Amino acid sequence: MTRTILLASTVLAGLASFAQADTLRLLTWGGYAPDDVVAMFEEQTGHTVEVTKSNNEEMIAKLRATGGGGFDLAQPSQDRVMGPQMEFGIYKPMDVSKLNQDLFIPSMLKATMANTTVNGDVYGVPHVWGTSGLVINTAEAGDVVKDYTDLCDPAVAGKVSYRLKRPTLIGFAFAMGEDPFAAYDDEAKYKAIMDKVEAKLIECKPNVKTYWSGGDELMNLVRSGEVTASMAWDTGGWKLNNDNPDITFVAPASGALGWIDTFVLPAKGQADDVAYQWINFVMQPEIAAKITAAAGNFTASAGADEFAEAGLKAQYQASFPQEAIDNIKWYPPVPAGLEAIEGEVLDRVQAAN
Amino acid sequence: MRRHQSRIAFFLLLTPLVLWLGLLIIIPHIDMLLISLRERISFGVYEPSLTHYEKALTEPLYLRTFWRTAVMSVLATAITLLIAFPVAYYIAKMAKGRLQQVLFMLCLIPFYVSELVRTFGWMILLRETGLVSNLLQWVGLADRPVELLYTDATMMVGLVYTSMLFMVVPLVTTLESLDDSVIEAGYDLGGSGLSVLREIIIPHAMPGIVSGCIVVFMLSLGNYLTPTMLGGKDSLWFTEMIYNQFIVRSNWELGAAFGFMLLILSSVIVWGVLRLTGRTLKETMG
Amino acid sequence: MTPDLECLDLVKRFGDTTAVDNVSFSVPPGSFFSILGPSGCGKTTIMRMIAGFLDPTSGDIRIKGGSVLDTPPNKRPVNMVFQHLALFPMMTIAENIGYGLRRRGMAKGEIGRKVDEALDRIGLPGIGGRKVDELSGGQKQRVAIARCMVLEPDVLLLDEPLGALDLKLREHMKVELKALQAAFDTTFVYITHDQSEALVMSDQIAVMNAGRFEQVGTGQDLYYRPDTPFVAGFIGESNRWKGRIERAEGDTVQLRTDTGLAMRATGATLSEGDMAEIFVRPESIRLADHAEALSSFDNRLKGTVTSLLFNGAASRVLVRDDAGETLEVNLPQSGEFASLKRGDTVHIGWGAGQATCFGAA
Repeated sequence: MTRTILLASTVLAGLASFAQADTLRLLTWGGYAPDDVVAMFEEQTGHTVEVTKSNNEEMIAKLRATGGGGFDLAQPSQDRVMGPQMEFGIYKPMDVSKLNQDLFIPSMLKATMANTTVNGDVYGVPHVWGTSGLVINTAEAGDVVKDYTDLCDPAVAGKVSYRLKRPTLIGFAFAMGEDPFAAYDDEAKYKAIMDKVEAKLIECKPNVKTYWSGGDELMNLVRSGEVTASMAWDTGGWKLNNDNPDITFVAPASGALGWIDTFVLPAKGQADDVAYQWINFVMQPEIAAKITAAAGNFTASAGADEFAEAGLKAQYQASFPQEAIDNIKWYPPVPAGLEAIEGEVLDRVQAAN
Repeated sequence: MRRHQSRIAFFLLLTPLVLWLGLLIIIPHIDMLLISLRERISFGVYEPSLTHYEKALTEPLYLRTFWRTAVMSVLATAITLLIAFPVAYYIAKMAKGRLQQVLFMLCLIPFYVSELVRTFGWMILLRETGLVSNLLQWVGLADRPVELLYTDATMMVGLVYTSMLFMVVPLVTTLESLDDSVIEAGYDLGGSGLSVLREIIIPHAMPGIVSGCIVVFMLSLGNYLTPTMLGGKDSLWFTEMIYNQFIVRSNWELGAAFGFMLLILSSVIVWGVLRLTGRTLKETMG
Repeated sequence: MTPDLECLDLVKRFGDTTAVDNVSFSVPPGSFFSILGPSGCGKTTIMRMIAGFLDPTSGDIRIKGGSVLDTPPNKRPVNMVFQHLALFPMMTIAENIGYGLRRRGMAKGEIGRKVDEALDRIGLPGIGGRKVDELSGGQKQRVAIARCMVLEPDVLLLDEPLGALDLKLREHMKVELKALQAAFDTTFVYITHDQSEALVMSDQIAVMNAGRFEQVGTGQDLYYRPDTPFVAGFIGESNRWKGRIERAEGDTVQLRTDTGLAMRATGATLSEGDMAEIFVRPESIRLADHAEALSSFDNRLKGTVTSLLFNGAASRVLVRDDAGETLEVNLPQSGEFASLKRGDTVHIGWGAGQATCFGAA
């Protein structure tokens, strides 16, 4: 008799969990949802996770095209939350009380929430953070290239590369002694800075081998030795460092550019509870360490450092002495209109001969 | 009753076509047109305006890229035709039996892999530390690594390579339909190789030439990967600008305007080619 | 007189196969010469060698006495009407006919005049502006010939040009081709597998088999005096037997067929004990109600009608003799046998002169 009841309740419980099983459609970056983490989550919760890999621009374009539909959780950078939300309304406010806030590094959580607040509602929480700076073959260009503008030095002519994207404009502006972030609210001033950067980039153009557009392309260029110095993400530099100790990531003299990728709920997401479950799951220190191992970047998970690989920690410490960490320039939210200015600058640089 | 059934069958057959045309082609284009005709005033506020077309037509960069793309696409089409014609002629008329099939398969095989992989293949061959560069040094034709990537010529090679099949197939089909004895009759009645080519083979192959050229031109014009990956830092392709406006800049309005300019450009050129060769679209496609 | 076309010891090999095996012939000016043979016998190969599309392995081709082996097809004074005519579909009729003249660099006005003249000659004036696919089969045929004839070739080659036409039109075109040949007064070399085409039109016919010429002669020669069993079997129809010679007296032989039939026949150079093939044409066999009516024939048989094959003037009866063999016999259309039906007993007979026999291996 008791056995029957037990059996029945087990079946019922099984049915119940089955009924609750949902699909989480996750729009994220490569490495942020490794297969083993997804498998663990699916096993623990019974939900299914569908991962779509993308980048900032495409994420926003996709969500904009559907009015915030098609996905239940997305991971744009924190500077891409406020502007698109005001413009297109593609996200929905986040109920932070459903998250286990103890899992986050407090300062990072606070900063991200502040940066993603629109009309008093919080739209994002931090997940993975990292920087972009310089990847340098120290044996060949280590003495010459210390900052972004050194990429224009004749000594490395034909051996440098960077992206024709906004981080390049921002990085060059800092290296030229300007503070573009401070000019974010002053369109005229920002334009003046960008004009200077444009002139510099056009002047620098003959020095550039090619403008890279994909991570793999850059890795090939540096690994083959065709490029000895380039603007790049920190993880790219560390990966190359594993193959060739001469190559590594260097924080530029004017400061590395810091970014934080967030969790946001798309406006038409249909599985918010699963999304909160996923966030709480991946922010656990052990899981976060797995993501760090896969993506190469550190997370906003408090205490995950303990579980991170020693090699990666060493590389991180080599690239970031304390003063370099203090000097990281974190991207503030991009006000509308700036991207139009930047776009025109980039177009003109590309068209210049 | 019979008539009633045939009407049902007719509508059943028509429905997918109408849905396809309507949902996937006409409605998105109308939407695109409307987007291109509005201007963003502030957050979520738009007004009808022609400003984007004005910008596209006055900004020298956009215009330059527009014409550059058009001219390069025409050039790529012409080069593809020049290379594909002898190839197609050999496959259709000179190669026999098994060899014919093998050659045709060889043309097809590169298309088993994605365009991205094919383009990467070219990059591996042509890069500074690549195969060709090493070979040149080994043979002694170069004394240091040669960079063959990132030029317009490389981009042209990539475009021609990507388009080859789409020129060869229609040419082989039309040339195969030309009776060998018609060519022989051309010689028999006193024609030389050149005059037979000009008066008999080319006029016969004209439908294939025109449809091949239209397809290749459209493919080149709309190609995104090859120009971005093989072209150098000065290379600009119109599709790249459309992508930039839509995805990178979030400026759908200008992107949509660009898209319509490209649509108009390709329509005008196709129409022009058909007029020039005295063919109708019906003859060429049907 | 120098022949218009002369082939000397012509040989063509493709790998191990010999398509044309030592063929020699000459065609006198203004004549209609046919090469008749089953498909695959090598006749097309000969024609393509004459036109210049194939080089002979050995031997020589002479036109009006001069060798043309080194002359490319577009320079040979020979033109060809192709099997499927090969009119240029991208050109009008006038452009088709004027093509060869344009290639010769003739002035435009003169081309126009010559084209009109040629169209008149083939009885199709005023169609110059039409497209090829607007013409009927017979009209295309004539245009294809006119396209060659405006070039005034020494020899016109025709490669089974009637093959694609329907029967009625083919009968009509046979007569017309012959007339055109007479009108143009040009040497025609015509290849076909259809004996009736060859017999009706030709001055001389070469029967070709397996790369060799079996016999060259007039239609009558081939029909009535075949030189070889192949010619006897290929031209016209025959009842055939195989047998052994029992007695030979000059040209007349007495033999017994494998089926046991005794027969008198004609065959030179045969002696007692030789194996032979015997051919008797259906129209050479006389049909009679009584054995007495056939007393003048050397060979007489009694048999049963197994089938009546009505085909107008060419109607036949199948008669089975006592040995169980079936013979084809022409049915006279004089009304005498109008009541003949299956199962009737009939008598048949034929003379020794109508039974041709050849030595067999």
